[in-house]
Amino acid sequence: MTDSKYFTTTKKGEIFELKSELNSDKKEKKKEAVKKVIASMTVGKDVSALFPDVVNCMQTDNLELKKLVYLYLMNYAKSHPDMAIMAVNTFVKDCEDTNPLIRALAVRTMGCIRVDKITEYLCEPLRKCLKDEDPYVRKTAAVCVAKLYDINAQLVEDQGFLDQLKDLLSDSNPMVVANAVAALSEMNETNISGSMLIEMNSQTINKLLTALNECTEWGQVFILDSLANYSPKDDREALSICERITPRLAHANAAVVLSAVKVLMKFMEILPSDSDFVSTLTKKLAPPLVTLLSSEPEVQYVALRNINLIVQKRPDILKQEMKVFFVKYNDPIYVKLEKLDIMIRLASQANIAQVLSELKEYATEVDVDFVRKAVRAIGRCAIKVEQSAERCVSTLLDLIQTKVNYVVQEAIVVIKDIFRKYPNKYESIISTLCENLDTLDEPEARASMIWIIGEYAERIDNADELLESFLEGFQDENTQVQLQLLTAIVKLFLKRPSDTQQLVQQVLSLATQDSDNPDLRDRGFIYWRLLSTDPAAAKEVVLAEKPLISEETDLLEPTLLDELICHISSLASVYHKPPSAFVEGRPGLRKSLPARNDIGGSSIPAVVTTSQAAIIPSQESLIGDLLSMDLSAPPTTYNPATAPSPSVDLLASGIESLLTSDLNSVPATSAASQSSIGLIGDIFSVPTPSSYVPPKQIWLTAESGKGLEITGTFSRKNGIINMEFLFKNKAMQPMIGFAIQLNKNSFGLTPQRPLQVVNPLIPGGSQEVSLPLSTTGAVQRMEPLTSLQVAIKNSIDVFYFACIVPMNVFFVEDGQMDKRLFLSTWKDIPAQNEMQYTIQNILCNAEVVAQKMTQNNVFTIAKRNVESQDMLYQSLKLTNGIWVLNELKIQPGNPNITLSLKTQALDVAPGIYQAYEAILRN
Amino acid sequence: MEKHWKSVVSRSVCDYFFEQQRKINNPEDIPPVIATPHYYLISIYRSNMYFVAVCMTEVPPLFVIEFLHRVVETFDDYFSECTESIIKENYVVVYELLDEMLDNGFPLATESNVLKELIKPPTILRTIANTVTGKSNVSATLPTGQLSNVPWRRTGVKYTNNEAYFDVVEEVDAIIDKAGSTVFAEIQGYIDCCIKLSGMPDLSLSFMNPRLFDDVSFHPCVRFKRWEAERILSFIPPDGNFRLMSYHIGSQSVVGIPIYIRHNISFKDIGGGRVDITVGPRQTVGRTVENVVLEIPMPKSVLNCILNPSQGKYSFDPVTKILVWDVGRIDISKVPNIRGTINVQAGAPLIESNPSINVKFTINQLAVSGLKVNRLDMYGEKYKPFKGVKYITKAGKFQIRM
Repeated sequence: MTDSKYFTTTKKGEIFELKSELNSDKKEKKKEAVKKVIASMTVGKDVSALFPDVVNCMQTDNLELKKLVYLYLMNYAKSHPDMAIMAVNTFVKDCEDTNPLIRALAVRTMGCIRVDKITEYLCEPLRKCLKDEDPYVRKTAAVCVAKLYDINAQLVEDQGFLDQLKDLLSDSNPMVVANAVAALSEMNETNISGSMLIEMNSQTINKLLTALNECTEWGQVFILDSLANYSPKDDREALSICERITPRLAHANAAVVLSAVKVLMKFMEILPSDSDFVSTLTKKLAPPLVTLLSSEPEVQYVALRNINLIVQKRPDILKQEMKVFFVKYNDPIYVKLEKLDIMIRLASQANIAQVLSELKEYATEVDVDFVRKAVRAIGRCAIKVEQSAERCVSTLLDLIQTKVNYVVQEAIVVIKDIFRKYPNKYESIISTLCENLDTLDEPEARASMIWIIGEYAERIDNADELLESFLEGFQDENTQVQLQLLTAIVKLFLKRPSDTQQLVQQVLSLATQDSDNPDLRDRGFIYWRLLSTDPAAAKEVVLAEKPLISEETDLLEPTLLDELICHISSLASVYHKPPSAFVEGRPGLRKSLPARNDIGGSSIPAVVTTSQAAIIPSQESLIGDLLSMDLSAPPTTYNPATAPSPSVDLLASGIESLLTSDLNSVPATSAASQSSIGLIGDIFSVPTPSSYVPPKQIWLTAESGKGLEITGTFSRKNGIINMEFLFKNKAMQPMIGFAIQLNKNSFGLTPQRPLQVVNPLIPGGSQEVSLPLSTTGAVQRMEPLTSLQVAIKNSIDVFYFACIVPMNVFFVEDGQMDKRLFLSTWKDIPAQNEMQYTIQNILCNAEVVAQKMTQNNVFTIAKRNVESQDMLYQSLKLTNGIWVLNELKIQPGNPNITLSLKTQALDVAPGIYQAYEAILRN
Repeated sequence: MEKHWKSVVSRSVCDYFFEQQRKINNPEDIPPVIATPHYYLISIYRSNMYFVAVCMTEVPPLFVIEFLHRVVETFDDYFSECTESIIKENYVVVYELLDEMLDNGFPLATESNVLKELIKPPTILRTIANTVTGKSNVSATLPTGQLSNVPWRRTGVKYTNNEAYFDVVEEVDAIIDKAGSTVFAEIQGYIDCCIKLSGMPDLSLSFMNPRLFDDVSFHPCVRFKRWEAERILSFIPPDGNFRLMSYHIGSQSVVGIPIYIRHNISFKDIGGGRVDITVGPRQTVGRTVENVVLEIPMPKSVLNCILNPSQGKYSFDPVTKILVWDVGRIDISKVPNIRGTINVQAGAPLIESNPSINVKFTINQLAVSGLKVNRLDMYGEKYKPFKGVKYITKAGKFQIRM
């Protein structure tokens, strides 16, 4: 008497048979027939031919039969839209049934039928159901809105379902709230325009938090995920949300736990990092994460991928928990590999002994991939924790002694890295390595071995023989090995020129004449030319000191990491890629991005993400406040689509006081000139040849720039602000792929075009670059006002520095104020907005001062002589439309000049003073 | 079998999954999340079946995994086991269940007692009765509990014998190294309940030593505030069997290892290798260790094992190369031992990996952490329930490296 009988059917005339059964008068037979139809459907057979017959069974009181027919309809309505219409009447009738179960079922099924004609009929019943007295129907209807949105978004908006859904957010039943949230967040995700369908405010958040405690686990996940999209107004709000969410960490459902972790990780950024709350929270986060690791392997895997992110962001959380990441031999391989990754991330001097003995254990396991990764991990430990290097090396040597082929090869690859990190420390083991020369068959291992031989050729007596043995099969080697062999032999020759000349000639001719590979040939020619023209230079180039390799090689880029932290628990966190990189059907998301960044174009996606996320890494201390600034607006980081234009930021940040006050104070002028700021500069492009340009300063030292030194200054030419760079490459490798990104700043400076540095910037080379800037970028008040934070990317890394923009480059060409207007404005600005400075030791008379200042767009409005003092009245205007009125008092014979200035935005005063001083001193 | 909740996805997406499946040797090694050009396949592997969910958009994968787990649990609950043939036999119920559990990608009703009110679990008696009377197992009324504030409990429960049983189960996860010292040990504990009480009982359970817990997670019925403040579990229980809480002890406290194993294994080319393993109890507070089973996955080159156990049975599967020694209970007076020779394939490459021993055991009447239930009180109902607490310690992932 089991259902499996439905699967066994007589093959011939099956459909026909079913048809007659469906039309049978007996209820029982009908039901059996429908069951058979469903059975065929579930295994993928096409039973759509029976459509009219099945639909005929729809009008029945039997709920089971009704359900089965509904199931059938969902599957086949699409292929038979005309006939599906026949079912509509029954649906509409069912939506009015007295039994709430049937009402809900009908509205649910209708939503699943993806036929346009039917959706038209759906609207009315749905509207009723959204207001149904029974919460079960309401919550089903809420989901139905999302279904409808998927089919026809416009219809949903036109019919006002969105507002009804918003009303459901404050429903008395928590389940209804949860489903409404779920529906809204799904619609948000598919929304083409990229804008939020619903704005979260503190009241909605409060309602959600209340519902959170009462709804089902699945509802909790939806609510937590939408909470993560919300950006709290201030610390206090963030704190209270965190406090109310923390209990979710003790939930039995892993999805709830991880979603709660996401919200907490995100909001923790807003809270001051030294507060007690953050440190207690850090402690509270560890146990639930550990507990996730004791659940099913699939949950473990997702948890581990997320922990990998969390450990990179906040290593403190799990630093005590190393042991839980120890691998059990029957863990699935995907769990093993992830655990290994995290072990290395957590490795520190305190626990390195434990870690190493574990890794050594793993290196004797069966699974080849895992063993390789374990060996590699030992090498990474050596590089990361200097104190352990010696022990790591001896462990690796032990492993090499096992003679297991792939272990040896992997060990040699990592030993090469250890040599690079700690030069001249462990060379004693070279002889052991050389013993295993014959067993190496993988290109990477061979290349590494050859590199070692070349690098330490002077210590290996038979280096020439060894390299010669490799040379025999040169043509058959992998490119990587060929290149390495070429370099190694050249190194050997430079070290021991006497007896290796023949060898080097042989390899050069092999590389240049017998090879098709352009890379190899070019490198060969370069070496040849170098050796033949200037052996000393060749020595300098080939045997130059190498830059040290960095500690952790596979860390995620900080900006990406920050973005991913916002995506904890989602697919993005499993792939370690931003969702825009792999999720389909979100055109809105991607499209809104380019508007916000204007650098580089598509060739440098890494930096583009920097600008999207607008989070700049915390590595450099000088950018400390930058980080906190960005976090005040986390929604932009989470989902760039929510903030379609940077102007939102502009209004929100502190600068508005500057703008608005200005507009109020000098309405006439600003109204007239505001719109023409940019234009007039061009029209009147009076060349100001000798406008003041401060001397170049070092912005980025070679030390912190990994060999890239940047000096620079700012100038204003023909009404355009230029950023003048001098790039010097002090590293040993050429640099390519330069790109620049300016952080939001007080004056909205932003590059007009990508940075154009000639590629590549060769070692020792330097280049001057001028980058025109416009002031149309996003505005963010900086402290000091003229500070500008810059990110420069090249092939080596991304570098961050801050510099001061001299105020005078912001003085625009049309800063000359009408005399009368000047007078009335001067009077209008209250006395407390007047600042006085003394510029000392300037030996200029009024003429010279006026001339110098005019060249820098500070215009003299009037000049008077009062009691043998020269009074100069000058006006200037900044790029953002702020007027500054100045009064200079110059006494002949007195080297000090008194500057009084009046402006509505006093914040700019110090900068103006500095500009005066710099210009007059020049 | 397939079921679609949104637009229909072609069966061919499964090909990506099958492709992955071909690549791996061990069915458990299939990655839980697979990306295909248009969809994401999230899968779990339970009782020799893969349950695969196909997603089109960015979803929390844990959400899906947990849901799939819930599906399997529900099947288990309904059909008392979850195998391929059982699912085939009950496909109509399965289909109805899936339909009730998920709507448009949103989980609908996943609490088993709510589901059971909607769709009655099949029993032989009911199947016969249904055939005779023409009734179905689909309820026509809305489940009562689903929308109440205690969605996990239905109203109007009635029992003649009111009982509440608690099983405190602790699983010891440990890794022990060659020398016998503990590399890592922790306890995964849980409290499973079987509660058959009439009406709406409000229970509170207290422990002698609640400080032991490092981390806890509760059934939604537990009032978290009360736990935070007083360390008392206060709850209105679901009807029937459920897991009240699970906890984790380990990172800070020392975990007692209740068993020791002395082992000596060697592989030699000529004349085969030798094995000698002894198992003994330790730190068991006088309780006997029972159901001891040792599982040793041998290297591939091992052909056969000829052993002599002092008690219990042993078997060696030459295909999977797993040596199993079913020891049974350990008598303190006579410590079990197994010894003998291993035949290694002649000329096979050197044994490059050391096997490890997987140990299973149970100890009744003991919670290895020392956890003790203090008392259980009931409010809200007048009758006197019958109460009972049982402690069991088991081996979880207990491994000894050789």
